[in-house]
This record gives sequence, structure tokens and C-alpha cells, in this order.
Amino acid sequence: MDGFRYIGGVATLRLDDAACIGCGMCEEVCPHGVFAVEERKARILDRDACMECGACAMNCLTGAISVTPGVGCAAAILNGWLSGSKSSCGCGG
Amino acid sequence: MTDGKGDPPVAPDPSSPGAAGGCCDPTSGKTVPCCGGGSPSKAEIRYEDTFLDGQVDTPAGPVPRVHSRIGSRDLLGRWKVRWGIGRDRYRVAPGLYALGAPDGNAPVLVTANYKLTFDVVRRDGTGLDAWILVLDTRGINVWCAAGEGTFGTEEVIRRVTEARLAEVVSHRRLILPQLGAPGVAAHEVRKGCGFSVVYGPVRSRDIRSFLDAGMKASPAMRRVDFPTIDRLVLTPIEITGLLRPAGWAAAGLFLLSGFGPGIFSLGAAWERGFAAVAALAAGILAGAVVTPVLLPWLPGRAFSVKGALAGGVLAACAVMWQRGSLEAPAALALLLAMTAVSSFVAMNFTGATPFTSPSGVEKEMRRALPVQAGLTVLAGLLWVGGAFIR
Repeated sequence: MDGFRYIGGVATLRLDDAACIGCGMCEEVCPHGVFAVEERKARILDRDACMECGACAMNCLTGAISVTPGVGCAAAILNGWLSGSKSSCGCGG
Repeated sequence: MTDGKGDPPVAPDPSSPGAAGGCCDPTSGKTVPCCGGGSPSKAEIRYEDTFLDGQVDTPAGPVPRVHSRIGSRDLLGRWKVRWGIGRDRYRVAPGLYALGAPDGNAPVLVTANYKLTFDVVRRDGTGLDAWILVLDTRGINVWCAAGEGTFGTEEVIRRVTEARLAEVVSHRRLILPQLGAPGVAAHEVRKGCGFSVVYGPVRSRDIRSFLDAGMKASPAMRRVDFPTIDRLVLTPIEITGLLRPAGWAAAGLFLLSGFGPGIFSLGAAWERGFAAVAALAAGILAGAVVTPVLLPWLPGRAFSVKGALAGGVLAACAVMWQRGSLEAPAALALLLAMTAVSSFVAMNFTGATPFTSPSGVEKEMRRALPVQAGLTVLAGLLWVGGAFIR
């Protein structure tokens, strides 16, 4: 995603090093190459590339990864603010 | 409805709330009697005849076969949903389908029941012998459905069980699109139905290379990208989604433009209103089309900044072009308004991109919305005020 960098320093992604067993699922499912597994441990290479989709946490066997997933969609967030409920997005494209 | 050689597995009307887990007992494995009995709702359009091609017999019963051809109706359908026409009804029936002549060893590809997605999968599967397991994602694409959880662990287990997949194939592997991973826990699927999940490539066009490489995806296949053509095809829906609010805003602008020294003038409402609405339209165009297309080259990371730049430059050109007929306050008003509109509209495009984080969007909105609102109010004051000093 060269040329596509979004606002940095905000991603909620966290990795618990002690709980990681180095299975490599996070590296496999991440569409932005945020993780790399070296010496049986996953490492966050590029946290600012994270778009908080939640794929890594969902597929982490030991629950070592946490992230607050959500839709990165202005309309959804605005709707959430206005209605006081969780953001939801009717994106179908 | 169908070619008459065999109905596809029909699910309960996916548009009705609570349909999931409704009359169909997911453990019985029977799909037809109760679920097939209900007639589809009026809103449901059936597209089966555009892709069905007979059926394949399996130990679990006949499975409808699909072909890989994309016909004129598929193209028309794709064009329509790109413009937002009938998009939430563009679905295929969930369940198991056969592509080519699959046997018990053929791979199982799992996908969504958005017909646009389904068409891409069967097109990219040309020449493959494979099973396609279509999940009920309520007509939403894989990526968005995974985010909402409809392309999810439970639905995978439910469809595997319902299709009696264990009787159809001898292996125990499902190939899921990588972008389905936010909704699916691979280890839970194995626990739930005995099938292990292999995450395939992000794009279905890589599925053949993935299979040829022994179910190995290259790093490039695992990364999302967002090329110009992908951004361009998403712009019509940005515009159609704004038509209604833009209509209200236009009505408001005509009204606002009528105020002046003579309290209200219909002539001014028409003449100045037309200029204001043209600026609104240009602002929308800058935010919904120019910004998405030029996205990687516009400076800044925040979409509101990119949009403001695109709108501002376009507005400056427009003002220069019309400088003979515009007073200074009016020119400044149009410049500010177009910048604000473009910035706001561009911010909306975050929802269509595969790289903006919700935390980032929220941060951007908290900063940008007050500025956009301030610029709009200032533009309105200048616009009305300008009418008095003409």
C-alpha cells in the first residue's frame, strides 16, 4: 500500500508477547503486513499500517492479540454519534 | 426461476430479520422442505438463470452447477449496483454450488452471497473444478460482511453442516478469502464442524495460482491494494448516496440566495442560487470523484485535508474563471463553501477504502468537522452579506 498511509499513532492493536506461541496466523491474515514471526514469536513491524479490522485477534489461538475492531467509515461513525449507538455501515460495494 | 433441473439450496428469506436460525434446523442438514417452501419476498429478484448450468450428483444429493460465463445481464447488474440501484437485493441463494466437474477431492471455496462477489469468483474460477460454498451475508461483500460478522464463524459452520459437505468431499479443508478473516476464527470452525480453514488470497483472481502452488499464497497475494480503477468504480455510489442531502442543501441555497436589500427577491434567489448550487455540485464532485481518483497523490494523510485541497484548487479555478461576475465577498463565500463541502465529502470516502482505521477516522473527524462547519457558516454569512453590498 505504497502511497496509502493513514493517520498514525492511533491504532488500538496490542500484542502480548508472553502469550504468543508464534503460530503465524496473524501474519497470514493481516492484509497490511503488520506482523512478522521471528524465532517463534510474532512481532508488530508496522503498527501504523493497522486498519483495526480485527482479523489477527479473531484468529489468534491464545488471545495474545487485542484490537478494538470497527468500521473505518466516517458516515458510520457520524451515525453512531448522532444516534448514540454503535457505529454501523451499510456498505455493500 | 431456474433451469428446472434442480432448485438451488434456498435459504430463508435473508432480508427478514431473525431468518438466521429460523425454520431451518442447521443440524438436520435438510435445506429444502421448509426453507424452499417459502416464496421469496417481492423485493427478491432471482438471478439463478444467469449462471446455473445443470447439476452434479453427490452422496448428499444433487448440487446445482454454475458456469463461468459473465453475460450481459451480469454486466448490467454490476453496472446498476455500482450506481446503487437495487444493491441490497443483488443476492444469490446461499448454499453449495459446483463449478466445472468437481469430485470428492476438489477444493471448497467459500464466498459471500453478494452477486457481484459470486460472479467474480465463478469468472476467476474458469477451468477449475471446485465447490463453491456461498454464505448468507445478506447480499454484502466478504470484507464488509466479515466486519459485521455475517461472514462469520457460525455461518460457516451452519452452511457446512446444512450442505452436508462432509459427505460431498473426502478432505476436510475450506478455502476462505483472506478478507473474511475479521469475521471467522479458523480454530473455532474446526472445532464446530471438523473442517480446517485455509485462508486463500485477498483477490479471487489469484485463486488459481494459489491452488497451483499447493495452497500457498505469495506475500503479494496477502496484501490489499487500491489501484486507480478500484477507486474509480467506487465513485458513482459516493455521488448517488449524496443525491438526497444535496437536494435539500440546494433548496436551502436557493432560499438563502434570495435574501438581500429588498428582503427577498425571487430573481436573486434564482440567479445567485444557481451559482451557489453550481458550487455545491462542484464541491461534491471534488470530494467524491477527484479526491478518490487522486488519493495517493494528494498531500496529507487525513481525507478531509486531501478533499479540502482538491476542492480549494477547483474553487480557485472556478472563481478566477467567473471573476468578472463575482463580488469579492461572494467569491470568497464560494471558495470557502466548496472547500468545506469537498473536505466533508472526501472524508466519507474513508468507508470505501481498505486502509483507514476507525481510530484514525474518529480522530480526523473530531478535528475536521468543526472546521468544516465553521467554514460553511462563514461562507453563508459572506454570501448573504455580499448581497447587501452589491
